[in-house]
Amino acid sequence: MTQTHRLAGGQIDRSRTLRFSFDGLPYLGHPGDTLASALLANGVRLMGRSFKYHRPRGPLSAGSEEPNALVELRGGARREPNTRATVVELFDGLEAASQNRWPSLRLDALAINDRLSSFFAAGFYYKTFMWPAAFWEKVYEPLIRHAAGLGSLSGAEDPDSYDKGFRHCDLLVIGAGPAGLMAALTAGRAGARVILADEDFRMGGRLNAETFAVGGMAGADWAAAAVAELGALPNVRLMTRTTVFGAFDDGIFGALERVSDHLPEPLPGRPRQTLWRIYARRAILAAGATERPIAFENNDRPGIMLAGSLRAYANRWGVAAGSRVAIFTNNADGLRSAIDLQAAGVEVAAVIDARPDAPPDAPPLPGIRHLRGAEVIDSAGRLGLRAVTLRHANGRTEVLRVDALGVSGGWNPNVNITSHHGSRPVWDPAIAAFVPGAGGPRGLVAAGAAAGALSTHGALAGGQAAALAVLGDLGLGARAEALPEAEDAPVSIVPKWHVGDGRGRAWIDQQNDVTVKDVVLAHQENFTSAEHLKRYTTLGMATDQGKTGNVIGLAVMAELTGRTIAETGTTVYRPPYTPVALGALAGRSRGPEFKPVRRTPSHVWAAEQGAVFVEVGMWLRTQWVPRPGETHWRESVDREVLATRRSVGICDVTTLGKIDIQGTDAGAFLDRIYCNTFSTLPIGKCRYGLMLREDGMVFDDGTTARMGEHEFVMTTTTANAVTVFRHLEYCRQVLWPEMDVQIISTTEAWAQFSVAGPNARRLLARIVDQDISDAAFPYMAAGEVTIGGLRARLFRISFSGEEGYEIAVPARYGDALIRRLMAEGRDFDAVVYGTEALGVMRVEKGHVAGNEINGQSSALNMGLGRMVSRKKDAIGVVLSQREGMVDPGGYRLVGVRPVDPAGRLVAGSHLLEQGAAAVIANDLGWLTSKVFSPHLGSDIALAYLRGGEGRIGQRLRAVNLLARPATETLVEITSPHFLDPEGERLRG
Amino acid sequence: MAEPLHALTALGRPEPLDETIGALRLTERIDIALASLAVRKGREGDVAAAAAAAGIPLPDPARHAAGPTHAAFWVAPGMWFLEAPFATHEDIVARLRPVFGDAASITEQTDAWICLDLSAPDLVPLFERLCAVDLAAVPEGHATRTVIEHLGCYLIVHGRGAVRLLGPRSSAASLVHALQVAAASLG
Repeated sequence: MTQTHRLAGGQIDRSRTLRFSFDGLPYLGHPGDTLASALLANGVRLMGRSFKYHRPRGPLSAGSEEPNALVELRGGARREPNTRATVVELFDGLEAASQNRWPSLRLDALAINDRLSSFFAAGFYYKTFMWPAAFWEKVYEPLIRHAAGLGSLSGAEDPDSYDKGFRHCDLLVIGAGPAGLMAALTAGRAGARVILADEDFRMGGRLNAETFAVGGMAGADWAAAAVAELGALPNVRLMTRTTVFGAFDDGIFGALERVSDHLPEPLPGRPRQTLWRIYARRAILAAGATERPIAFENNDRPGIMLAGSLRAYANRWGVAAGSRVAIFTNNADGLRSAIDLQAAGVEVAAVIDARPDAPPDAPPLPGIRHLRGAEVIDSAGRLGLRAVTLRHANGRTEVLRVDALGVSGGWNPNVNITSHHGSRPVWDPAIAAFVPGAGGPRGLVAAGAAAGALSTHGALAGGQAAALAVLGDLGLGARAEALPEAEDAPVSIVPKWHVGDGRGRAWIDQQNDVTVKDVVLAHQENFTSAEHLKRYTTLGMATDQGKTGNVIGLAVMAELTGRTIAETGTTVYRPPYTPVALGALAGRSRGPEFKPVRRTPSHVWAAEQGAVFVEVGMWLRTQWVPRPGETHWRESVDREVLATRRSVGICDVTTLGKIDIQGTDAGAFLDRIYCNTFSTLPIGKCRYGLMLREDGMVFDDGTTARMGEHEFVMTTTTANAVTVFRHLEYCRQVLWPEMDVQIISTTEAWAQFSVAGPNARRLLARIVDQDISDAAFPYMAAGEVTIGGLRARLFRISFSGEEGYEIAVPARYGDALIRRLMAEGRDFDAVVYGTEALGVMRVEKGHVAGNEINGQSSALNMGLGRMVSRKKDAIGVVLSQREGMVDPGGYRLVGVRPVDPAGRLVAGSHLLEQGAAAVIANDLGWLTSKVFSPHLGSDIALAYLRGGEGRIGQRLRAVNLLARPATETLVEITSPHFLDPEGERLRG
Repeated sequence: MAEPLHALTALGRPEPLDETIGALRLTERIDIALASLAVRKGREGDVAAAAAAAGIPLPDPARHAAGPTHAAFWVAPGMWFLEAPFATHEDIVARLRPVFGDAASITEQTDAWICLDLSAPDLVPLFERLCAVDLAAVPEGHATRTVIEHLGCYLIVHGRGAVRLLGPRSSAASLVHALQVAAASLG
């Protein structure tokens, strides 16, 4: 197909031709084109179907405000729905498809919705799909979603990567039109660090779309020269294809750089997009203004677009959107479109000027009918505009055969980002538009059209003034240089929002298919506030955030309520300014790289053994290590437990938090941290400690060893390692700054292994250089030892109930130590046990862990009440003695066994008296942890049971209410210490 | 006495990483011993005097400084990390304790970290994709704590083209992967 609608001129590279396709048909365009400009150049103006009524639509605009020309871009896994054809940069091989139509764009079966429009007015869904309630999720919603859709996702994984980054500057300039360029030049020449960001691939803003001169040359040339000068300044960074989409805290702005979207696919290794956090001491919003249409009946046909966009296609892209056009305007800027189009060789049938007393010659329209006080009342053309009906000032109507109509209802400053911290824009009647209000993000000012200065001179002057103010603030001297000469035409506007009485269908929000009639209905039903209007009609809730429609909707509501627009107010804009892909927000944090992984020092060895790993927080821990022939995890776990209890087992416990605590007050500090006493702990010994929260509940537990007079090593649970460290820092820095205590984490510095079982000492004796006989190194001893001369630490502690040690070496030697232990342990049939076997052994022994330390349980509940020392004060001690906390009938930790050894227990089951109904009033407690004990040959569990100590020996029911139907097991309540209650094995 | 134990790097390898990705050279340093030094209450003068006598620098906040044997960077009020050659100072606490006596709390930190030296003609494009530190603006000898891919790291600037990073040892592979991917994305 040939480019039938191409004009001369424009900023496209005609020396190169790009091939692309739309709905499977091939077309040609040029570098510099957008998808929309290239399609229009090929005479294609039907680009989509509307959201609700499936009405044929073409582009309304030439920029990021586009509500209509939404396409599915690319194919395969890279297919991206709802892409605005007006901002898609054309590349060779581009594939696009229309969306929300079936079977084809020209013949869409669901266009029937348009005939049934009276049934689909605002609030239709809320009123209609009420009954039966159960139908909503299963029937109505899927049906509605199918019919009223946008594009569809590929469903495949995104093949591209996304980066994140951080950039810093003195001044961020948002938008590279005349105001932004002037601001960046002023600040850049003065030596400030400047970032100039623009969403377009070509900087210049409206200067690229206009014909008037700046500084004696074409505006686009002036812009290009300014960009070249800025590019040569080392202190200025230019970011094209970058949308600043939001203002966040303390001068941080979010910006999305479309690094590779203008290419068929990203270059190898390169991201598709980069999400930048820009740290700016000051920012200037020079985002320009967006034109708004005037609503009239059937104002949404392909061919009807914003007047400024119509001339932008002609001036920037050399494209005539029609061969015979008319302009419908209420302000002087609309006239420019007529002049530019005529100059480009397009026939201009008439300017329909809603202003009855429009100035006669500003600007002059040679040879063009200028119909003052006239308005467009309707349009015709099934898949594109064929004619408009206009009504003259005298009431006579006339049908004008045109294939394009440019509409201008005035320009709205792009104030959006100034509202991101809650500031509301204020109404400026002089330009009939909202301008930035006070109280916007700190350090951000608007300049140029974004601040309501709608002439080119106004933009240049505003940009310069804003930059000079910033430079003054930052203490960087600069002087106001002479501004380039530019037009400074006044905004001559007579507000006109819509034509007619609101009964016909005049579109306001074209993306969400909201009409004047819907606003009338909202008013009729008393949804008159700006916020209610938005939610009732969905005005401004589409992906374009109502950039072209919001103000018209508010104006219509103001008319209906008899209030001013200022009184009606506006909703507040939120980030993002334009849509940001979720992939960009995720960056590289997805799939296996969602979060970092922590590996233990024995990871390499464990992986060699075929260990099964489990994620514990970010740690990968060995869960069990299957041996050949083992087909079920329980076989491996049972073997590991039995082998440890029979001889010796080794477990990597590096993940436990290790905190070095030193200082002359270290002992006293620990006395306040733990509910039991540590200041009396002899050097070379360790002790189990219990930490309470302020409210008296148990916070964490672990052993702490005294390595010297003023030196302790604390261990915490794996899960709470960071939380406990933070707690200690808080206590040290905030609660008791007078204490001499220094802390630092050493979790990662040491590789630590538990060596447990009757042969643990014999194994370690082969490795450790010192005498570790029971006499030399008794139960709960701790101290520094050496392994082949290497510094190591040894602690005689046990979580498994066996004679146990923990041995630590600097982390780099952890791999060698596990290999040494396993080699030397061969004679003892040593095994490595994982977290599952560890869990079994601690339940057999009745030790509490995360399931019992659940944030709702006290030391008394855990059977550790005697650990709470009353001889001193510690965090949580007082509140642990509250009345409800010391109730003798409260929960106590007990053991639970099925009466029939083959009976099954389920963690979380509730304990009930025999014969009692399974209702909350009869509830006695629940099973917290359950394991299969190979030692006892049955399931066993720990439980919190009301009045537990007094119930030992009783038979109760363990009822699993989550099973359907509920299951239950007759159980016997026992001591929580299933194994070796006297601790003889521990002491060896 | 038994045979000495062999060492693995933080990445679980026998040899330290030394890799070039585009303009970036990434070198893992296993030859540096590290310890934290924290002043005990009221002992600032003693620590300063001992350090001065031993030629150990104790730089101001956000600074790194090198002495004849030891280098140091500030990490918190009254607290520094000291660097020393691993070959001679593997048991760094034993070496430092006689210097500072009971005036300071000293803790071995050598193996808590993976230590990486990064060099390139200009590291700014890489670091602006990694963390919020404004590498282009900070002076040589700047030392700070920052977050890279969720990991708390110490960053020491030895120039626009030379940076040392200390990252948590257990996440060394994740950190190195993040650096490799970011470096590769620069093309």
